[in-house]
Amino acid sequence: MPYLGGEEALRELRRALANPHVQADRLRYRAAVLRVIRHMAQGADVSGLFPEMVKASAAADVVQKKLVSLYVRAQAPRQPQLALLAVNTLRKDCAHPSPAVRGLALRSMCGLRMPGIQEYLQQPLLSGLRDKASYVRRAAVLGCAKMLKLQGDCEVDGALVNELYSLLRDRDPIVVVNCLRALEEILKKEGGVVINKPIAHHLLNRMADLDQWGKSEVLTFLLRYRPRSEEELFDILNLLDGYLKSSSPSVVMAATKLFLVLAREYPHVQADVLVRVKGPLLSACTSESRELCFTALCHVRQILGSLPGHFSSHYKKFFCSYSEPHYIKCQKMEVLCELVNDENVQQVLEELKGYCTDVSVELAQGAIFAIGNIARTYTEQCVGLLTELLGLQQEHITSAVVQAFRDLVWLCPQCTDAVCRALPGCEDAIQDSEGKQALIWLLGAHGEKVPNAPYVLEDFVENVKSEMFPAVKMELLTALVRLFLSRPAECQDMLGRLLHYCIEEEMDMAVRDRGLFYYRLLQSGVEVVKRVLCSPKSDPSLGLLEDQTERPVNTWASEFNTLAPVYGRERWALITAHQPEPSYACSPCTDSRNRDTESLISEGNKEVLKVHPDTGSLTLIPDVYLTAEQFEKSWLSLDMSCHLSLPWCGTVHPDTIQTALHVVHIQTIAMSKAGVQPWKAYLSAQDDTGCLFLTELLLEAADPEMQVSVKQSEAKPEALRAFISVLRTVMGAAAGLGS
Amino acid sequence: MAGSVPGQFRFRYRCPRGSIPDPPPLRFPPPQRKVARKPAPRDHRRPVRRRPRLRAAGQWRRAAAGPGPRPFRPCHVTATRQAGRSPAMLSQIFILSSKGDRLIHKDFRGETCGTSTDLADTFYRRITSLPGDQAPVFMAHEGWHFVHVRHAGLYFVATTTPDASPFTLVEFLNRLVTLLRDFCGPLSEKNVSLNFALIYELLDEMLDYGYIQTTAPEVLRNFMHTEPVATKPFSLLDLGSIGLFGAETQQSRVAPSSAASRPVLPPRGEQGTRNEVFVDVVERLTVVIAANGTPMKVDVQGEIRLKCYLPSCVEMRIGLTEEFCVGKSELRGYGTAVRVDECAFHSSVKLDEFESGRILKVTPSQGEYQLADDIPSPLPFRLFPTVDQDPTGRLRLYLKLRCDLPPKSQALNVRLQLPVPKGVSSLAQELSSPEQTAELQPSTKSIRWDIPRCQGGSQLSALFKLEVPGLSRASLLELGPANLAFELPAHTCSGLHIRFVRLPGPAGPPQRWVRYLTHSDSYVLRF
Repeated sequence: MPYLGGEEALRELRRALANPHVQADRLRYRAAVLRVIRHMAQGADVSGLFPEMVKASAAADVVQKKLVSLYVRAQAPRQPQLALLAVNTLRKDCAHPSPAVRGLALRSMCGLRMPGIQEYLQQPLLSGLRDKASYVRRAAVLGCAKMLKLQGDCEVDGALVNELYSLLRDRDPIVVVNCLRALEEILKKEGGVVINKPIAHHLLNRMADLDQWGKSEVLTFLLRYRPRSEEELFDILNLLDGYLKSSSPSVVMAATKLFLVLAREYPHVQADVLVRVKGPLLSACTSESRELCFTALCHVRQILGSLPGHFSSHYKKFFCSYSEPHYIKCQKMEVLCELVNDENVQQVLEELKGYCTDVSVELAQGAIFAIGNIARTYTEQCVGLLTELLGLQQEHITSAVVQAFRDLVWLCPQCTDAVCRALPGCEDAIQDSEGKQALIWLLGAHGEKVPNAPYVLEDFVENVKSEMFPAVKMELLTALVRLFLSRPAECQDMLGRLLHYCIEEEMDMAVRDRGLFYYRLLQSGVEVVKRVLCSPKSDPSLGLLEDQTERPVNTWASEFNTLAPVYGRERWALITAHQPEPSYACSPCTDSRNRDTESLISEGNKEVLKVHPDTGSLTLIPDVYLTAEQFEKSWLSLDMSCHLSLPWCGTVHPDTIQTALHVVHIQTIAMSKAGVQPWKAYLSAQDDTGCLFLTELLLEAADPEMQVSVKQSEAKPEALRAFISVLRTVMGAAAGLGS
Repeated sequence: MAGSVPGQFRFRYRCPRGSIPDPPPLRFPPPQRKVARKPAPRDHRRPVRRRPRLRAAGQWRRAAAGPGPRPFRPCHVTATRQAGRSPAMLSQIFILSSKGDRLIHKDFRGETCGTSTDLADTFYRRITSLPGDQAPVFMAHEGWHFVHVRHAGLYFVATTTPDASPFTLVEFLNRLVTLLRDFCGPLSEKNVSLNFALIYELLDEMLDYGYIQTTAPEVLRNFMHTEPVATKPFSLLDLGSIGLFGAETQQSRVAPSSAASRPVLPPRGEQGTRNEVFVDVVERLTVVIAANGTPMKVDVQGEIRLKCYLPSCVEMRIGLTEEFCVGKSELRGYGTAVRVDECAFHSSVKLDEFESGRILKVTPSQGEYQLADDIPSPLPFRLFPTVDQDPTGRLRLYLKLRCDLPPKSQALNVRLQLPVPKGVSSLAQELSSPEQTAELQPSTKSIRWDIPRCQGGSQLSALFKLEVPGLSRASLLELGPANLAFELPAHTCSGLHIRFVRLPGPAGPPQRWVRYLTHSDSYVLRF
């Protein structure tokens, strides 16, 4: 058969379609049409057959009509003139006695996606909305959305919208759900379909008739509704209670989200809901479908983020099975790290230890990092376990263990001695860049406790010429200078050699600059070097910046059951940063400028986060967004409330500062680039009483102090004092991190 | 054919031995008094207040019953509004073969025409070159998100927007797979491309403009007109494959294992000939056994699948083992009971005789059903390893595998996978029978020992001698744990049995087939 034979095949198909004998035989005609579709599906250009295909759609055979409609919908955008041919037949079909044909015709016609079709659509659509058969009404309702999308920017027809709103009372549940979907799309510019009290109650009463997809969508739409009173709220919760136990995970999760969002002011209800959803989530976690399993695991992690220990008694559910794919095993290990507690730590560690010798390098390293994470709480056991692993002398294992040690020593200084005892002997087994960097850092920072540290570093210095990674060389420089401060006699000679190499022979500019920097630094005397380099060797308070534990439920309730938990917080931020809105979406009409006069916080953002336990009365609100204009206006209109200066060492990257500020909910309005003189930044924050704090940071060239000016929208000396102490803490932490 | 309702019925049971501490015990509703629905299971209010009052939300009702419907359109200014969350929608669906060929591609919304590259190709490129630390189920690409599930080597992919519900998407794709299996028979690249017209038709009815319309097979059937193309003509005489149907009701006859996987829509001209019902009890074992032989984790998930090819819709009665206990509190029989922690039934299952006689009444339709259960019977396999070093420095590994099944049962396709120290250079083996094979797999550094069949009560042994240069004590840590994969036909670990399948009606007794199968999801034996 001449499949994909180009011209020849096309001619042959045309002949077949036009052959009256074929047309007379239902099955042969259908087979010919089928062949055209097959060519189309394989990517061949069959647009030339348009007239013949349109003719084929006039036949009585329903299968054939369906096939042709598939063809017409795919080809219409390419051939708008010819597609008009099809419209005629389709309009005729819209009056066909069979509802299946009417519905099909309406659906195909609305799906044509070509300019100028709207005028033909209006009439059939309106009669479709009033059709007796629900099948036709379903197609007509969504047809409205398709039509208005084709129209583009035109004014939305109010009568049509009213008609759709009234169809929410339709008998057929799918029509109801389709109405919601259509209205959502049509009214996108106005912020989507509005769920007021009558509609919400109507939908709640219809819930029982819907199938699982309808249920989960209606539950999502109901998120918009704000019950007026506590009583109404609890009535709704009671009514929906059964859906928390539905056999379909999508309904359970949609219901959970609704519960979490509606009960945002009742933490005990939220906690209760999360307890009740445990069962369905766990059974989804052990489901046969890997994909469902993965999705559920991601949501388990989300819940664990604010309720550590929520799944602790079920830890065995999260042990990996042999046959599972990597991505599930990795998720499970993350979950295990988070749910570990006094009772199960022994078993969890035992299990993780089993994974460390896995064939897959990534999995084994993942398990080691997981143990490293647990070590932040259960230091002694974990360090013992990790030390044991070093005995295996496997390249990837040793490397991962040393990296885990490095992170651990920084956060848990009490284990430094144990780590230092384990280090000798590792250097032979490490080959990769990450592992080498970690080992060198450890030897540099804690070299005084490792007897053979200088000799290990000496080996690295000997082989520096053949070293591939610049990062390792930089690490080596820093480590050696540090070690030189604590053990000068053993290091002086090789430091000299290394500096000589870096300055004279090294090709990589960054390494060379670093070498020069240390050289000049050393010239200015040992005391200066000590002051610069011997920063604190560990700082547990940085846990604040590394991972914030215990995020309140309200911070993620609105993200629950979306793709955000599935990607994880960091990747999600990355994805949304690059792609603020998918191309189709027009932003909701929340024009912030019009709201200048109102309070700057919308109702939904009243989720307040305690910033710091010791700031007492002050709570800053997350997600307050001031535009630059608003800021400027307020800044100019307010008087200076406070001026102070902070000590500053000058090596901090602006991004670090911004991140640090963001953690405590201070928004950065504008900021100079790194290294610009004078360096400036403008910040704003708002507390729960609505008081605004506007801040300017100013760093003049060669000034060791940063000038900070704060303005306040209402005079509240106590809040101001608290705010300044927050600011001071954060800037201090950021400075410590940067150096 | 018009009135026939085919469908597949599934239920699952799962359970860990005692690791779920009392989920609120599952209650089955009292016999047929649905009207008085018991009060909402738990009141979320602090003071207890009964009866949700919403049903009588009178105000709105009264207004609606007035002269002519009141305009329903709400006033946009007063209503509170949240940032728009668009409902779950799928912009495109495609099915790709394992090599990336596009078998099915349907664009529902025409939104992606503007994008420069072809999304199906993009997806395939992404999935094949994914860095190890990223999970492939969801992937972002230029503001679009791919969701996919994999079945039988095929990728079922949907593109969607970021606020869609991941659970809905994954569940829908899984349902799509089930439906395709129902309508076209077992899934394979060939079968999908042969039945592409049917699949397009199915997708067209299931989704409109990217919104899910319905997935109920009995509804969809009314709109489906294309006939399935079978890859291989089905024949009852095809007994080449091992018959797994050992039906209590039809002991003399055995149907081929492919019988239950054919499409539910019969090909033309064969109506009335297949009046059959298939009941499958399938269990998955997830087991970890510690080095000293105590089971650390035993988890059995079972599923009862019902697939029927009946011409008319009748209520069917399925009797389960009478000693079937749900939850911890309930006790039946004398200790031999099948104990289940949790079970879920499809909504079309009537449970009014379940309390008294463990009988499910089913009106066949699509569904699934979850139970959970505990294992009173011994685990099917135990492994006794001995490790030592012979005088020449080789590592000697003596494995004894004992099969604890009853003597009449057997395990098929047993495969033991045992990781060995990475430095291993060669393997010498002594196996207990010639049909077994064993080899060293260099890629995963493990020994694979294949046993085609293993009779209950028997014991197999193997001696492996490994040449490991530079063997140290530490590298012995790399040995194990062993993983076992197997199938146990005509056996359930939980002891669950179907007592009977009864269908009323004069139209001649349909053929009823019952099959039991247990397979290992993960059976790990620690060293």
